[in-house]
Amino acid sequence: MRQITLSQAVNEAIAEEMRRDPTIFLIGEDVAEAGTPFKVTAGLVEEFGTERVIDTPISEPGFMGMAVGAAMTGSRPIVDLMFGDFLFLIMDQLCNQAAKAHYMSGGKLNVPLVLRTNLGATRRSAAQHSQSLHALVAHVPGLKVALPSSAYEAKGLLKTAIRDNNPVVFIEDKLMYQDKASVPEEEYLIPFGQANIVREGRDVTLVATSSMRQVCEKAADLLSEDGISAEIIDPRTIVPLDETTILSSVKKTSRAIVVDEGHQSYGVAAEIASIISEKAFYHLDAPVIRMGAMDVPVPFSPVLEDLTVPTPELVAQNARKIVFGEMIHGL
Amino acid sequence: MRPKKTNIEDYLRMYRQMVKIRAFEDNANKLYLDAKMPGLTHMYSGEEAVAVGICEALLVTDKITSTHRGHGHCVAKGADFKQMFCELLGKEEGYCRGKGGSMHIADQSNGNLGANAIVGGSMGIATGSALRAKLLKSDDVTVCFFGDGATAQGLLYEVMNMAALWKLPVIYACENNGYSEYTTTEEIAAGKITARAEAFGIEAHQVDGQDVLAVNALAQKLVQRARKGEGPFFIELMTYRYHGHHVGDINRAYYRTKEEEFEWKENRDPIKIMGQWLASEGIASESELKVISDTIYTEANEAVEYALAAAYPDVSEVTMHVYAEAS
Repeated sequence: MRQITLSQAVNEAIAEEMRRDPTIFLIGEDVAEAGTPFKVTAGLVEEFGTERVIDTPISEPGFMGMAVGAAMTGSRPIVDLMFGDFLFLIMDQLCNQAAKAHYMSGGKLNVPLVLRTNLGATRRSAAQHSQSLHALVAHVPGLKVALPSSAYEAKGLLKTAIRDNNPVVFIEDKLMYQDKASVPEEEYLIPFGQANIVREGRDVTLVATSSMRQVCEKAADLLSEDGISAEIIDPRTIVPLDETTILSSVKKTSRAIVVDEGHQSYGVAAEIASIISEKAFYHLDAPVIRMGAMDVPVPFSPVLEDLTVPTPELVAQNARKIVFGEMIHGL
Repeated sequence: MRPKKTNIEDYLRMYRQMVKIRAFEDNANKLYLDAKMPGLTHMYSGEEAVAVGICEALLVTDKITSTHRGHGHCVAKGADFKQMFCELLGKEEGYCRGKGGSMHIADQSNGNLGANAIVGGSMGIATGSALRAKLLKSDDVTVCFFGDGATAQGLLYEVMNMAALWKLPVIYACENNGYSEYTTTEEIAAGKITARAEAFGIEAHQVDGQDVLAVNALAQKLVQRARKGEGPFFIELMTYRYHGHHVGDINRAYYRTKEEEFEWKENRDPIKIMGQWLASEGIASESELKVISDTIYTEANEAVEYALAAAYPDVSEVTMHVYAEAS
């Protein structure tokens, strides 16, 4: 099968959907001729024109709000938010307007839009261009949140997001844009709320979102050298969350580590760990471990920044502790 | 100017629509005072000519976005008393099945995209609706209602910039009622409000918001021009709210005088002004206007009784409509 990058996969998904549905348009800063700083939308303006691939001024709340109004009245906008850190700029339009319109109107208004943005540290971009803020939006009822973990996942999930009748926040890891994966030529969609069992295992479940999937795959390789068999679950969407697949896995392995690149405190890893503890407690042989980004603003200096994110070595280290029973002595 | 016969029905309808808003608000206020309404509400009384003058220039297919002080826009855009009162009381038959309440009534069948409890929160929505009209080659116009207080929100300037760049069919209707919550407008707004729109090259007008004919005449022209792609436009409508910021804002002496309120109610009331004009033009006598008013107040009373007796939503609805179903 052909290999394409995550960036190409996103581009293909947008192009295919725009060909299918004339009410879809793309809006954001430098999405047209520039194709975004990451070149993800490059070439789309040539096919669809500036009417449907719309460059905006640097006015995130403005174009986010406009997407909400367009979505309410019959368009299906795809909003490009250049960096996930800018979520803080658009919170009112996303969380007070888009997320609540359907509920507040008793189901009369729909807001079918996709907000594409990114997450991920270690790009040496410092504290305002490196955050992984998906927990913020996952906290708000009315929003769906997708976290693709590969090019294959990105294409299938994005097509589903575009066809969803709700506001969907679609967050790509900006460090994965050039990562290649096998992606079929023929059309496919990946449904929301169905986790992917990336690798089957026996001794410990690693729940991994976004690029933490690759971290956990490397961790699993390290663990296999010690005879530990790790199962990796990628939730794909954290809202809706496929609890069933996660819980079935934990009930089988009796141990779980949840790895997510958001800040560890009050985060997505904490939520999933809590669900496991509440619903699979009597199947557990060890405490459920959260692994997230360190609770510090992302530092610039590489020697500092690399300390802030989960690594395969750290995941494997924690897995060994809970599998070999060291947890009873504390971490 | 003698009114043309063909316009007589329009004039009478504008009068009726303004009385409808006043009747709705009088009843809403009473529901609050009698402790029959949950929460608070923000009265539109005094500003009727703004909503009616503009909405009478719109078609059902045209859109509006509204504010926390939104009952007037909702009535003026064609909403029904019963469903509105049901919504105010949190009843299942309300426009939003009781989930929105006073500050979130939406009536998309008449093009009302919803009231908004975030001051300035709907400016993006209105401008986006206009962007959609342009992209999908629809000739509808969107009117964005907001108060003078909302001119302090940055969102307005972001979206006016884009609306002007892309010539969107949107009309920004700033209801300047003199107060930003409990603070006079002079204290919160530097310079002229219309100058802010003009800075983006947007044609801006100021109009007496108590004169429904003046508002409507301007709105008719601007809506037609916006429909032809000559938008956006900005209107500052000089008006006054009779009640406090909300129904619970009773002691207002620290920010405005009783004499000022009396002056507006006595000499600047939009319904009185229109009534006097209709009488002086021989379109309707005082007694005929009283019949119109009495009929509307009776309808409002009946709608209130209906809403008081109506059912609350089933508790199972609490989790309904968080997410829209697949189409």
